[in-house]
Amino acid sequence: MDFQHSEDRQMLADSLGRYLQQQYPIDVRNGISASDAGWSRDKWNELAELGVIGALFDERVGGYGGTGFDIAVVFEQLGRALVVEPFLSTLMAGRLLAAMGETALVEQVIAGERVVAFAHSEAHNPYDLADIATTASPSGDRWLLKGGKAVVPQLASADELIVSAHAQRDGEADAAVSLFRLDGGSAQARVQDYPMVDGGRGGDLWLDQTPASLVGGQGEAYPAIEEAVAAGIVALCWEAVGVMDVIRDATLDYLRTRKQFGVAIGKFQALQHRMATVALEIEQARSAAINAADALGGDRDRRERAVSAAKYTIGRVGTLVAEEAIQMHGGIGMTEELPLSHYAKRLTMIGHQLGDEDHHLARYSAIGRAA
Amino acid sequence: MILTFTPEEEAFREEVRGFLKEKLPARISEKVRTGKRLTKADHEEWHSLLNERRWYANHWPVEHGGPGWTIPQRHIFEIEAAAAHAPSIIPFGVSMLGPVLIKYGSEEQKKYWLPRILDGSDWWCQGYSEPGAGSDLASLKCAAVRDGDHYVVNGQKTWTTLGQHANMIFCLVRTSSEGKKQEGISFLLVDMNTPGVEVRPITLLDGEHEVNEVFFTDVRVPVENLVGEENKGWTYAKYLLTYERSNIADVGKSVAAFAHLRHIVETQQRGGRRLADDPLFAARMARLEIDLDNMRTTNLRVLAAAGEGTAPVAESSMLKIRGTEIRQEITNLARRALGPYAQPFVSEALDEGFKGEPVGPDYAAPIAVEYFNNRKLSIFGGSNEVQREIITKAILEL
Repeated sequence: MDFQHSEDRQMLADSLGRYLQQQYPIDVRNGISASDAGWSRDKWNELAELGVIGALFDERVGGYGGTGFDIAVVFEQLGRALVVEPFLSTLMAGRLLAAMGETALVEQVIAGERVVAFAHSEAHNPYDLADIATTASPSGDRWLLKGGKAVVPQLASADELIVSAHAQRDGEADAAVSLFRLDGGSAQARVQDYPMVDGGRGGDLWLDQTPASLVGGQGEAYPAIEEAVAAGIVALCWEAVGVMDVIRDATLDYLRTRKQFGVAIGKFQALQHRMATVALEIEQARSAAINAADALGGDRDRRERAVSAAKYTIGRVGTLVAEEAIQMHGGIGMTEELPLSHYAKRLTMIGHQLGDEDHHLARYSAIGRAA
Repeated sequence: MILTFTPEEEAFREEVRGFLKEKLPARISEKVRTGKRLTKADHEEWHSLLNERRWYANHWPVEHGGPGWTIPQRHIFEIEAAAAHAPSIIPFGVSMLGPVLIKYGSEEQKKYWLPRILDGSDWWCQGYSEPGAGSDLASLKCAAVRDGDHYVVNGQKTWTTLGQHANMIFCLVRTSSEGKKQEGISFLLVDMNTPGVEVRPITLLDGEHEVNEVFFTDVRVPVENLVGEENKGWTYAKYLLTYERSNIADVGKSVAAFAHLRHIVETQQRGGRRLADDPLFAARMARLEIDLDNMRTTNLRVLAAAGEGTAPVAESSMLKIRGTEIRQEITNLARRALGPYAQPFVSEALDEGFKGEPVGPDYAAPIAVEYFNNRKLSIFGGSNEVQREIITKAILEL
């Protein structure tokens, strides 16, 4: 039993934290976030040079990490600086490509040379990983995809798209899902590109007889998708932990310095009790994120229960922390100028990625009953 | 980070299980499992069995009779003992007074009192709260006035848990009214058989006699029963309360109680299906189980960070709040799960050897009273509102 990070991981966290503090202050971040692409290739390349992408992958595919706690230390720091570069997409798509044996592309991903987006969830049932309506019909040695994908981060600016679909044989769709790589990235598909409320850009994807090639075995993708999304959830949970720590510190600072009725507002019991609850819940959320990171390498049921427990907890606590922080700041907490508002928006929107608290609560319960 | 236990710790778990299987009397564990009343003799029997193995004072230093357990070992013992339906160790002597004496007591006090705690010669109770000093404990009035080589104690204590079993009480008493109210308090050990001590029962909302009022009228206490220095008692009291709080998350008990709740929810039928399959109830259960899992990790984090014995201030207050909320929610859901059968209350059914006809499911009898009894959890040991004050005081530093 040891709740300290290993020395290597701590060093990575420290150097990443230092880099972000110096090179990625909130005004720089907000500028990047509002840019045409919604993220910066320059920053991306610098972060890749720091080894941040490599930390997300294991040695077998050319990285030097890849465990739950490697993901944890990286995303905690990314959260503290509200980084908008495509780390989540890279983590999930890279893990999928590695599982499917696409080693050449994985190497390029780890080097930061190619950004791959993973387009999976669909508008009709966005949080259920197994409910995919997109289909793929064979056409010579290629496949033609038909369907739509919802709210894919950095869709328009990705170099490659990995898309899930049910392959069709003789007009009958496989029960199991497969992965496809779109020829020519997103150029062959219709992309609706839009800004996100919490920064950066996302997009919807429409596929209509869009040519693509099969990645990995036909109908064999689902276990890998579930595992990659589990890694993505661990990442989001730790990003949220980083965001929440910043919000807590900013709010404590405000309670100490803001004066009303002649005293620091932190002297008022109504605010003290709210703050105590916020601090307590953040520690519970951190514990949930630890449990999920620990379970990522474990067997499927334990892993999926732990990530659902964590995502539920982060969803519930994240909303509470964001709302309470704005409330305790009062009017100033509503302003775009204050960094807090950006942190609060990101924290809330993490709850909308890869399943919200209701979805994961029900899922946790279902896995428990099935076990 | 490593969340798993080492092979040595897993071997220790087996040792604990073996001990519990061999030594924990089935008569007693069955009473715990079914929510029956435990007698003083039941507790003493279990304490003595633990003490034979040197596992009773399991957080004491080795030189005073502790087993020298690591924090994971203590955690494992707590989980396994609760899972085996062992009674909780009554904390007043071994977990509260013991650590205070070890840290602040004189050599003579340690030599005399510690062995008597271990072998059960003394049953201690706690004289802290007074009618006018609850959450505001430092405003206590029960006074001790020096008279030669004695203190003369006058005043009243209340909420004295299991005081009816006790022969000794450790008290916070006022020895000075000068300066800050915290600075005039002393820590005094009082023999309850001294003339002038009177114990009166308080019946709680569950009909049980668990707590008492203790009255002191011109009670003469030898000065050698003062712990540490006069007027420094608040420091010792705070140390004791931190100790009290580090145990108060009571993860083992919650884990065991949750397992029992799950059994109830999987047995109860509602509308042709198990209550466990009712989506609303399943959601309540899932929330609770996740909260419990998170708290288990928080508890281990705090214990690991704190090293030995005491827990850091803000974190132990967080554990007190969430730990008690979870235990309350477990009994809350058990009560809801029973539906109308939460209502019947046959007090005798909670006694050992009850031969009457049980009402409703066999697990129903103690559920509602446990729910009502557990309202105390968010009140005692510093109410959860006081804990929130402690947290903000620690993190705001205002």
